[in-house]
Amino acid sequence: MSTKVPNQKAWWLVLPVVVLVAFNAVLPLMTVVNYSVQETFGENVFFFEGVKWFEQILHSKRFHESLQRQLLYTAIVLAIEVPLGVAIALAMPRRGPWVSVCLVLMAMPLLIPWNVVGAMWNIIALPDIGLLGRSLNALGIEYNFTRQPVAAWATLIAMDVWHWTSLVVLLAYAGLSAIPDAYYQAAKIDGASRWAVFRFIQLPKMRRVLTIAVLLRFMDSFMIYTEAIVVTGGGPGNSTTLLSIDLVKIALGQFDLGPAAAMSLIYFLIILLLSWVFYTVMTRDEAN
Amino acid sequence: MALVRLSSLRHSYRAHVQADADWAVKRLDIEWANGTANALLGPSGCGKTTLLNIISGLLRPTEGAVFFDERDVTALAPDERNIAQVFQFPVVYDTMTVYQNLAFPLRNRRLEQGAVDRRVREIAALLDLEPMLAQRAAGLTADGKQKISLGRGLVREDVNVVMFDEPLTVIDPHLKWRLRSKLKELHQRVGTTMIYVTHDQTEALTFADQVIVMNEGTVVQAGTPVELFERPRHTFVGHFIGSPGMNVLPATFDDGVARFGGDVVELATPARPPASAKRLELGVRPEFVRFASDGIPVRVVRVRDSGRYRIVETEAEGVTIRLLLTEGQLLPRGNAKLRFEPKFTQLYADGWIAS
Repeated sequence: MSTKVPNQKAWWLVLPVVVLVAFNAVLPLMTVVNYSVQETFGENVFFFEGVKWFEQILHSKRFHESLQRQLLYTAIVLAIEVPLGVAIALAMPRRGPWVSVCLVLMAMPLLIPWNVVGAMWNIIALPDIGLLGRSLNALGIEYNFTRQPVAAWATLIAMDVWHWTSLVVLLAYAGLSAIPDAYYQAAKIDGASRWAVFRFIQLPKMRRVLTIAVLLRFMDSFMIYTEAIVVTGGGPGNSTTLLSIDLVKIALGQFDLGPAAAMSLIYFLIILLLSWVFYTVMTRDEAN
Repeated sequence: MALVRLSSLRHSYRAHVQADADWAVKRLDIEWANGTANALLGPSGCGKTTLLNIISGLLRPTEGAVFFDERDVTALAPDERNIAQVFQFPVVYDTMTVYQNLAFPLRNRRLEQGAVDRRVREIAALLDLEPMLAQRAAGLTADGKQKISLGRGLVREDVNVVMFDEPLTVIDPHLKWRLRSKLKELHQRVGTTMIYVTHDQTEALTFADQVIVMNEGTVVQAGTPVELFERPRHTFVGHFIGSPGMNVLPATFDDGVARFGGDVVELATPARPPASAKRLELGVRPEFVRFASDGIPVRVVRVRDSGRYRIVETEAEGVTIRLLLTEGQLLPRGNAKLRFEPKFTQLYADGWIAS
């Protein structure tokens, strides 16, 4: 019997990936951490400040307001997109020639570059020459997203729903397709109503898929930048200045690297925490 | 409980039927008496699941009608027919407890709570599910879930037919036996008409009073398990039932005498093969073949030990003839002679029995 010799050569194969990840993720993250605890006045001179920036950000009214706006935005978007996505997935045919057509139609909004989406909605919502803006005004509704905060919010949310509901639809549809026919047949024999079929068969079986959909939508909407900034640029005043827009304003607009870095880290940790909470809540039953 | 009758039934999954092969179920007329335990036995793709779905109403037949007693139910939906169906893999409502699962069909019919409770507990006792009533259905093993499926079917008191679509497929082997016995016991206690679809002959032959063997959409033979075993009407039934299957040997027929090779073979009943028959065969099960001092000369080729008996393969005229030897019976080596028991030897013309 020969003894096995440990072969360490495989580590060489991992080396290129390690280098890539180091340069693309680890080093930049470490740089941000570095900036967040230091102060600079330019000329590459840094002074260590400890947690000063973190305290400043956490006590800053501006940050609180941005955070509140962001939480409100994410909550509205999730509340609309998830039920709407599930409803559309339930309505889509599961067999027959229309399946491919529906799937392609649903996939199309997801394929458009995000800044193009923003630009599209910006133009279409223009109150004087945009199709939507002009029609709304013609109907008597006073609509001007460049001046009214409510209109700006409505436009942002409409854009997000138009852009991203398809993702929820496709995920929910995949979950629904995985349910074997026997369940529906048994429900028919048991005399179950349409609502009972949804509540006791379809929804429980879609649970895992919906968890993924909610997590994805939560993270993406919490981090939204491109579409929002192209449509409203932060809104009339700062009414649609969501967290990421605010962060970029501080970091690049004011060149305050310290506070910006601290805010980035706080932002990152908030997303991490909320995602963990969502995930734990939605998968707790599986552990039972 | 009801008598189930299929009248001139034919079904095709295609919209436009062109060839005979397009029919999943070819024309058949079957009647199942009230309160009997029946089996539909056949290989995969023979149309038995299609037939089951037609009876339960999940499928509308292309032609023909389904009757429960005197009622034509062909146009009725499944929940209007009062049937119960147990599927191949357990179908339970995962989020509900066992109790709620069993109560579900009754609650959908708006039965009052007292009656629901009484009936659920009755069925749970019948199926040994009582200790688990408060548990979530998702936590049970596969055989427990199948029992819940079955219970949901039996909980309604006016069930006409209970149908099983290969229900033991996902059950572990040592639990299969217990569940099979349970099903038989249930039939004896509840007395509902039951139809059991399977491709496993053991399940069919032990459960049913009457077995219908199907192949490629047609009924090949219908009869009791003993009839199917002792007098198969088609060589397919001979192959399919019994382990090992029936020996099928090429034969000739002249002047009322059947021969294999040069030797005369005595038959159970006088044979009358049609003159146009292209292929004549002799069928005899290994259980009814013996070594004898005088008979058909064969050469012993191989012996397999299969536990209770030994399967001996012999060769004659280029075909294999199998027979069974129990412990204690001597095994001749090299050349030997075989005798077929006349009572269980039949002549087949183009596959069908020729008597």
